[in-house]
Amino acid sequence: MSRRASSTDFVVNAVGRRVPTLVNKKEQAPFAGVGAYEPKGKKRAPPIRSCRDYPADGDKRVPDLKTALKKCGLSDGMTISTHHHLRNGDAVALLALNAAADLGARDLMWFPSASFPCHAPVVDLMDRGVVHHIEGSMNGPLGEYCSRGKMRGMGVLRSHGGRWQAVQDGEVPIDIAVIAAPTADPFGNADGSHGPSACGSIGFALADSIYADRVIVVTDNLAPFPCIPWQIQGNNVDYVVEVDSIGDPAKIVSGTTQITKSPDRLMIAEYVARFLRDTGIMRDGFSFQAGAGGIALAFVGFLKELMRQAGVKARFVRGGSTRYLVDLMREGLTDFILDGQTFDLAGVESIASDPRHIATSPFTSYNYHGKGNFASMVDAVVLGATEVDVNFNANVNTHSDGVLLHGIGGWQNCLFARCTILALPSFRDRIPVLVDEVTTVTGPGELIDVVVTERGIAINPRRTDLLDSVKGSDLPIRPIGEIRDEVQRIMGGPPAEAQITDRPVAVIKWVDGTVLDTVWQIETGRP
Amino acid sequence: MMSGGSGHGAAGPTGDDVRSDLHVEIELADKGGVQITLESRVAALYGDSIRASAERVLDALGVKHARVAIDDKGGLPFTIAARVETAARRAGAKGKGEPRPERTVTREGPTERDRLRRSRLYLPGNQPKLMINAGLHHPDGLILDLEDSVHPDEKDAARLIVRNALRSVGFAGAERMVRINQLPLGFEDLKAIVPEGPDLILIPKVEEAGQVEEVDDRIRGVRAKDGDGHPIWLMPILESALGIENAFAIARAAETVVALTIGLEDYTADLGVVKTKEGDESLYARTRLVNAARGAGIQAIDSVYGDVGDTEGLMQWARRSRAQGFEGMGCIHPRQIRPIHDAFAPSTEEIESALRIVSAFDEAQAAGLGVVRLGTKMIDPPVVLRAQRLVGNARRMGLIREEES
Repeated sequence: MSRRASSTDFVVNAVGRRVPTLVNKKEQAPFAGVGAYEPKGKKRAPPIRSCRDYPADGDKRVPDLKTALKKCGLSDGMTISTHHHLRNGDAVALLALNAAADLGARDLMWFPSASFPCHAPVVDLMDRGVVHHIEGSMNGPLGEYCSRGKMRGMGVLRSHGGRWQAVQDGEVPIDIAVIAAPTADPFGNADGSHGPSACGSIGFALADSIYADRVIVVTDNLAPFPCIPWQIQGNNVDYVVEVDSIGDPAKIVSGTTQITKSPDRLMIAEYVARFLRDTGIMRDGFSFQAGAGGIALAFVGFLKELMRQAGVKARFVRGGSTRYLVDLMREGLTDFILDGQTFDLAGVESIASDPRHIATSPFTSYNYHGKGNFASMVDAVVLGATEVDVNFNANVNTHSDGVLLHGIGGWQNCLFARCTILALPSFRDRIPVLVDEVTTVTGPGELIDVVVTERGIAINPRRTDLLDSVKGSDLPIRPIGEIRDEVQRIMGGPPAEAQITDRPVAVIKWVDGTVLDTVWQIETGRP
Repeated sequence: MMSGGSGHGAAGPTGDDVRSDLHVEIELADKGGVQITLESRVAALYGDSIRASAERVLDALGVKHARVAIDDKGGLPFTIAARVETAARRAGAKGKGEPRPERTVTREGPTERDRLRRSRLYLPGNQPKLMINAGLHHPDGLILDLEDSVHPDEKDAARLIVRNALRSVGFAGAERMVRINQLPLGFEDLKAIVPEGPDLILIPKVEEAGQVEEVDDRIRGVRAKDGDGHPIWLMPILESALGIENAFAIARAAETVVALTIGLEDYTADLGVVKTKEGDESLYARTRLVNAARGAGIQAIDSVYGDVGDTEGLMQWARRSRAQGFEGMGCIHPRQIRPIHDAFAPSTEEIESALRIVSAFDEAQAAGLGVVRLGTKMIDPPVVLRAQRLVGNARRMGLIREEES
């Protein structure tokens, strides 16, 4: 099964990483620097369809997924896309891929917007030859499978915005998009804010609905036309399939999202909030984005208190929404929530009922090949990472031993905020987080402004404005190299180099479609 | 917990939730050299380093042949060395060598006798993961505890963790305190701990001045051959009716006693009364202790507040404690540190009033006047003294900006 690396040519890109020039038989442009790559040509367009071929009464239902796939012309080698708005509760991706397997399809490319532990059975589909390879995030057993070089094609990891860009630019032509819909009508209008499997925004599926050759909507909550509101327009949909259940509601949203209890992480969260206050970023009409990780949630709590004290409110905050953002809005501390995905019940209820809580898509929020996007208009974003190095390059994809661990999500896209803050512990147990050089570059250091750890706050020397603005603050501002040295002392020296081979198993794409880094097969002798 | 001649010893926790620690099994053998099998989350990063640490410890203990199984969950070098040493000693390794890990932190000299001791954070001596970042929360002191938070079967293990931590863990300027076990077990602790130069030793369940004298003598003994000449301060803990009755004598038992503190769980048990949140049952003991401490010119430090979730209750307790004359109290969780510091801080009005008195005194001194006046009021010498103390403390707490003083 081994495809020798010798068949691949490599070039060194603008962050000094060796990247392949050919990925899954397609020519690649290496990362040339932030904003350096100029796209050419026109966007991809799906074939022209006609009302003549669709029922005039708007009823596009077919009995089951197999029928729908057959009618879509399923054949070997096709690209099938699914989406992750049902997160670890998703049943639809496996229903679709298994239906394709039952129909005898082989060598499919699965193109999820992200994968979760519930998708581990795709390993079996790859072993059986049904799925050829995955372009999308891979973690857990899928990450191991890819890292050990067992996948036949190369993995391609993209950000949420990068996925839109790749679909829109025609890099990834989708043959059949299968969209899980918490509510849909027989015409194919679909939405995520209502129904037994409600998940909030389903914006990740929007690009596929526009650009795929064929679109199937799968729902367990069929409403008579019209489905109100609709985030997916039925005019883009070929078939509608009703199933008993699209997923496990308990795993789709958490009942409650939890703030971290770790005193060290709370300290990091508080430093971030104070940093925004002391730099003056926190002012009337500002905006911020924070994810649903423990530190980010705690940060929102601390910032809220500082906003109250200072009597300022935000114009908008960007989700992943949680009850903490919803509370912020209800208390009048932000005018709007612009939501990319919805993590807990309070968020889902809010997006379904409060007009100030808006569902967005990767197009409005993140797509780099558009006429601007929201991400660069956000004053401050608070993100995590698995590693960050002394050049402020950061890694969210691989473990320090080189194994694929996480997808990119919206992380890369968020780096364009006016102030990008990584909030993370400087080490985890004996795994250094602040390192000499990251295992994989997911984000170039020139876009990462501040690293906040429990051992101090490092500001990117490029941001002299930020360095000036914290003069007189009692925050522990330190050079990043000094914190790295301290971490190495605690760890008992620098870690050994990761044992990896010279064979690429996946690439990390930048937001403009260029190749930022390569993930290499790990040494096979490893346990 | 020495397993005698069995030749087998184990140390360190097991289970899925173990973090920053490891489990070690050692089987001493007659031949075959040292064979190490290693399972570790960080094998790819630090596998070689873990093996080398284990070999170094065994070599220092004179172990030439052994089968060693290490199940590591990200333990740091000081923890690895302590667990391997504990397992080897439990297996019966009798080597005279002391495999202390490389010293990466140094004691900066003795702490001040009357330094701020508002908060002291208890860290269970056998839980290294809680020690690593404890200093970052800036308690005035950290207690590496060998006594009540350590299971009787793990005293040997905790002693090595604490010894190694004193050599290897940076505590960010917090006073490094160790609570030893009740005597005579506490003497064993002193042998291991004192050469590492902790700043202060807490002696539990003290009832007689003689106990303190004995600890002080032992410390001097160890320091004489194996120390840097700095004093190690003592803080006796009074935890019984008898201890309270002897408080003044205990406070004056040795030159190195810098504070008295009280253990309310044991004290209320000794009295046979219920410990309440209000603490009326211990009012006498607490005020008696304050009086004895002040009479001896040392600090009175309060017990702990046991409900970590109740910040408001903690604040009330700490404010009352300060009003009664205590200068600090214990913490059982980092989140208690800031409320305690806030509660023990003098108010802005107190500071301003004290600054006025001190400056009136300074002016009177400069003018060669024997009588200090503030407006139309005459200020008595004890009032001046109290104001000077308060200003000194407020300055150390960072509550007075220099330009204001």
